[in-house]
Amino acid sequence: MPATGINDRIVRVDAAAKARGEAKYACDYTFPDMLYAYMIRSSIPRGTIDSIDMPNLPEGYYFISAKDIPPEGKNELWMIAKDWRCFADGDVRFVGETIGLLVGPDRNMLKYLSEHIEIKYTEMEPAISINDAIALKGGPIVGSDNVMCQLFVEKGKPMEEVFREADSVFEETIETGFQEHVHLETNAAIATIEDGKYTIYASAQCPFYISKAVAGLLGLEQKDIVIKQTTTGGAFGGKEHFPDVLCGPLLVAEYKIRKPIKLIFDREEDMLYSVKRHPSKITLKTALDKDGNILGIDGLVYYNGGPYLSGTYVVLQRGVFHANGVYDIPNTYVKGIGIATNTFPSDAFRGFGAPQTLFAIETHMEHIAKKFGFDPAEYKSRYFLKKDSETITNGHIIERVMLPEMLEKVATASDYWRKSKEYKTGEGRGIGISFYNHGGAFTGNGEQAIIKAHARLVKTGDRVRIEVGSTEMGQGFQTTLRKIAAATLGISIEQIDYDNPDTSKVPDSGPTAASRSTMIVGRLVQRCGEEMKERWNEGDFSVEKEYEHPEGHPWNQETFRGDAYLGYGWGCAAVEVEADKLTNEIKVVGIWSCHDIGHAIDELIVHGQVNGGIVQSLGYASMEKMENRKGYFKQTSMSDYVIPTSMDFPKQEWSLVENPYEWGPFGAKGMGELVFNGADAAYIDAVERALGITVHKIPMPPEDIEEALDAE
Amino acid sequence: MLSEIVFYVNDKKTVFSGNPLTRLIDVLRDDLHLTGVKEGCGEGECGACSVLKDGKLVTSCIIPVGAVNGSHIYTIEGIRDTEKGKCIVDAFVEGGAVQCGFCIPGMVMAAYALLESNPHPDDEAIRQGISGNICRCTGYDLIVESIKLASERGGALWEK
Repeated sequence: MPATGINDRIVRVDAAAKARGEAKYACDYTFPDMLYAYMIRSSIPRGTIDSIDMPNLPEGYYFISAKDIPPEGKNELWMIAKDWRCFADGDVRFVGETIGLLVGPDRNMLKYLSEHIEIKYTEMEPAISINDAIALKGGPIVGSDNVMCQLFVEKGKPMEEVFREADSVFEETIETGFQEHVHLETNAAIATIEDGKYTIYASAQCPFYISKAVAGLLGLEQKDIVIKQTTTGGAFGGKEHFPDVLCGPLLVAEYKIRKPIKLIFDREEDMLYSVKRHPSKITLKTALDKDGNILGIDGLVYYNGGPYLSGTYVVLQRGVFHANGVYDIPNTYVKGIGIATNTFPSDAFRGFGAPQTLFAIETHMEHIAKKFGFDPAEYKSRYFLKKDSETITNGHIIERVMLPEMLEKVATASDYWRKSKEYKTGEGRGIGISFYNHGGAFTGNGEQAIIKAHARLVKTGDRVRIEVGSTEMGQGFQTTLRKIAAATLGISIEQIDYDNPDTSKVPDSGPTAASRSTMIVGRLVQRCGEEMKERWNEGDFSVEKEYEHPEGHPWNQETFRGDAYLGYGWGCAAVEVEADKLTNEIKVVGIWSCHDIGHAIDELIVHGQVNGGIVQSLGYASMEKMENRKGYFKQTSMSDYVIPTSMDFPKQEWSLVENPYEWGPFGAKGMGELVFNGADAAYIDAVERALGITVHKIPMPPEDIEEALDAE
Repeated sequence: MLSEIVFYVNDKKTVFSGNPLTRLIDVLRDDLHLTGVKEGCGEGECGACSVLKDGKLVTSCIIPVGAVNGSHIYTIEGIRDTEKGKCIVDAFVEGGAVQCGFCIPGMVMAAYALLESNPHPDDEAIRQGISGNICRCTGYDLIVESIKLASERGGALWEK
């Protein structure tokens, strides 16, 4: 077998089984005597539970709730904090909060029984929007002011001084909505007992997160619970912490019933009762001189977190750290607040807080440019970060920034400069452009201080097995990581094995999140491979490595100062639209992008990620509207919450620039989230130019465009 | 109401006795263990459960089994080892059409139905042909390219 080179075009290792319908997802597993579970949830956004009247349960049926947690256990899911309860107990804080689990052999009977459970509540007034929460509607949900978490960053001079020197101040508030992941495979997990140990099969990004989150329910330790990842049909952040919410109740049920129990959400449950992207409200106030030069930006960022912290503080941090976008703003102060409401808790979604602030800064910069009569791309390019520029966290950009080259590539491919000049505002055709980045991996020294990622290679004969906790969820990591191992060892990819992780067999490599897998875990596997190659003739052995943070890049997690990210992915996207002035339908006629991801490990996989990320971002900006009315999501199905089909967007033109990253495997950086982070702003820029409107929120479906046109 | 429904699944005669309102997808997945048929939405919107019914692409989650009496049903399991099925699967695999894969068996069925009726579709026709199949991962470009590849490689195969 010939050795696999890192730049060889290879076939994705999981593609054939998936295309042939042979890959086993959680829904495809069955076990002897398997029971099914159906989740009983709160039907009100806020209040106390007065009584739960159960119908008579037939033999073999169970209702599992907080009272089934043993005395040695605690009713909490240990995510980042421990505030999200496994089962609501006494009160409920959002529609869809887990109250219990009905378990039994027949799924239809479970549904029938669920309709005959009567739960009586005393309702309280909920706070749904960020404004409701600020106004403490219904009284505070968390603390005395609904502030779940907050932070600020500052750079340069005090803002009072900056605004004193300003000739003018440009202030606007930009809002973004909920976004639902709509991974085609809904959330699913199966609990059972294997070899005397509680074992959970789960569709999940982070198997070790689950065992950590649920063990305490039974007073056990993380190692006592085994998690086996099943082939995962898309995740996008929606299966980062959220599987804990399924696996917790399942584990308690397993403790009581001791038979295999399967819990699968149907699409309506997955749509209504799962985490979403944080809605945001971002106010940017910019001090300008008489020529339109930026003196400083003051930002206030609110993210709607729902009533439990889940990932909100970390999402908010990333949002704040990306609040100046790709720009070197001389003076800035940005404050972020994660606010509690009575909506379903918000959590990770591709981009992890960066898309909201990036959309806001891009749109804001574009509005300033237009106000002063500059081309947005030209105006923005004056402020591009460069190597050694000071970042918003008072650290430095420590890599070459190729945004000028990327702008040139995209402008040439799209004919941006000509179109930008020739298309007259409001005449039905527009081109828009955006710039964005995404800090790779955990913030600061988190990879070393918090995660302590491990990876292991095991050699048996001429085969090598990769043992890591990282997961394949569609992003191609099974292939990427095998390719890194094979190319490092100088052997064929056919000689590399890498199974879906089983937490009892592999070391914890940290979560499959934060665009960190290739950059961090890939580099660990490369280091293991380098040693294994040298010792190849020693027979069968294994090599394990722990992450080491490059020296000389301090970070203070208390003050949020220092080098937040060592390697960023960078992007530039242009979008061209035609607007139908009768129906307000927007037709996208061109999409161009260029990204810096260091070095592409597998170009075909990168191609698919670029296309998919950009289409998700365009959906976010245009059609994906998820409204919450009085605590209830209005969109309940894939016919109400519309995501892009093959007809909505044209074929994309894309390119990469080569900019190898010093500490990544073969020069690779993260890219999975980057490609989501900017097409939304380019689209809105194009829509504004085509229709002569100013947009301050996304999504902008036709009915909202009409509203904006009326407002002009 | 119980009734007996006779139909053919991947050329095998199948007799279903039970409630004719049972969804076809449940019969295929639960009774016949054809788990390549995926449930993505349960309301005919996403296409993950697509199968061929008498040569036409249908979503098996909204068809009651009572409606397939006498019909020939093909699932991914029934076409993946045929010459045409292999042609599409290989093109999807090599063309980078597969990411999480959950929509892909249904997408292969849609491609099959398309190429059977239009052996050499242009991009627009391919996009039309898969417009009932939702993919959240790929943005569709590489699926479109892969179907084009299957059409080119299959050549005369699709004209039979």
